[in-house]
Amino acid sequence: MDTVIEFKNVTYSYPLTDVPAIKDMSFAIERGKFYGVIGENGAGKTTLCALIRGFAPSFYQGTLQGQVLVEGKPTTDFGPGELSLKIGYVFQNPFNQISGVKDTLFEEVAFGLENFGVPVDEIERRVTEVMKLTDIWQLAEKNPFELSGGQQQRVALASIIVLKPDILVIDEPTSQLDPEGTEKVFKIIEMLKAEKKTIILVEHKVDLIAEYADEVMVLRNGKLIRFGDKQEVLSDMSLLDEGVQLPQMAILGNKLRQAGVPLDTIPVTEAQADEVIGRAMQKGRA
Amino acid sequence: MAYIQIKDASYAYPGGFLAVDDINIEIEKGENVAIVGQNGAGKTTTVKMLNALQRPTKGEVLIGEMNTKDHTTAQVSRVVGYVFQNPDDQIFHATVIGEVEFGPKTLGLSDEQIKKQVDYALKITGMAKFRDENPYNLPLSVRKFVTIAAIIAMDTEVMIFDEPTAGQDLEGNRRLGQILKTLRERGKTLITISHDMEFVCENFDRVIVMADKKVVASGTPRDIFWNFDVLEKARLKQPYVSRLCRALGLDGELLYMDEAVQAIREKCLG
Repeated sequence: MDTVIEFKNVTYSYPLTDVPAIKDMSFAIERGKFYGVIGENGAGKTTLCALIRGFAPSFYQGTLQGQVLVEGKPTTDFGPGELSLKIGYVFQNPFNQISGVKDTLFEEVAFGLENFGVPVDEIERRVTEVMKLTDIWQLAEKNPFELSGGQQQRVALASIIVLKPDILVIDEPTSQLDPEGTEKVFKIIEMLKAEKKTIILVEHKVDLIAEYADEVMVLRNGKLIRFGDKQEVLSDMSLLDEGVQLPQMAILGNKLRQAGVPLDTIPVTEAQADEVIGRAMQKGRA
Repeated sequence: MAYIQIKDASYAYPGGFLAVDDINIEIEKGENVAIVGQNGAGKTTTVKMLNALQRPTKGEVLIGEMNTKDHTTAQVSRVVGYVFQNPDDQIFHATVIGEVEFGPKTLGLSDEQIKKQVDYALKITGMAKFRDENPYNLPLSVRKFVTIAAIIAMDTEVMIFDEPTAGQDLEGNRRLGQILKTLRERGKTLITISHDMEFVCENFDRVIVMADKKVVASGTPRDIFWNFDVLEKARLKQPYVSRLCRALGLDGELLYMDEAVQAIREKCLG
């Protein structure tokens, strides 16, 4: 296994608190896979992201026990800015990400590349391409602060994927998007995965996690309570009692079983539900 | 005559950008209505016209006897409460209690009545335990409940919730459903914008669909989510359960989990 990120007995507390936000967490992330992070609000999902990116403890301070390793090296040993080349981080609140020093959206999306010293013609090409991909090209001349919440979320995502980092940590990128916009973000992430990027996505829309992610991490009260193949994790009905939403199809599958319908597996996606339930209906007819 | 009437109303922002184009909406007293549609469809502009944060640039908006063009925003907001999409656009106090008390204190009520309304709002939103907390120490999804409490504490006749489901977890969505139900039982008129179609089906009697600055349909969740013309216009999909039932070829325009279970069970077990 090509491990790209590893947590070794990580416990982390923010400054001025007694309660750790992350408690004794150990796991390994494999290169090129798409991980969905789910769990109730306050479970530690955003803190997990901040630890991977090194913002905790370098920016937020606080106390870190154990080790967070990125490509085998503790995040605390990376120089300032060094991790930003490897890991792209899309903030939960896009407002926290917008630089505030650029007058147009085009310049905003180009900001990171400028800092990396990329040649101007390459910046123009890459920014144009990414803005078209994320459906914000028509807003190129606008001021970043004149945008709606949904538009700002798209800008935050565009500003990061334009940098082409190997690892992407994306914190609830679709909370203010309509269903079509949300689906589009998942398609973009799918495309990034095809480019062998490692993706860690925090998201409440668990039906889409079921469809697109490879593995699922479930957090509760700062602990990693489930970690594994999406099929296995998302068909575990006991998670509903732990405040974790499960896919509609899994809930339906479980109810069908309870009603006496024999299903070979509990489906987690629509396509799977269509197949598994379709099979049971065929048998019923026979 | 309906309690709330939006009549041939349009709204153009200063500078000319047209956000809502000649819409008509009627809502009865005590109705519980959802508004759905894409980002930019005009949903927020429409509801802001209801509490006079914005006034129609053409047409009119009536709340009961009151035409919003003849009243100040302060007057209208005694009747119509609006919970902002972004809680940070609304919050300006250093404590939860300060934020929630602010509205009722402007209404000229007795101290006792203010306390009663504030306690009630904190209780049904689950915010009582955060009373003395700074709202900015709470996660965004919880901060949203602070802003909901601030409006409930004013006890307005009409309450508008702009995307309360955004970023909510399972428990947050359940709590929102419970709040809507409780307010409904108290006879409030409720209008909620949401992108969560499952939540819309579970919690509303009527759905108004907006697309491209216009109202394109209004009806029960079943009318709306089995009307493919409307869904196509508004770039919406059916809820997951309906999509599956359709793929499986089940009749009956099914919408809810229990209906689907029953229909599938009949096909499998007879």
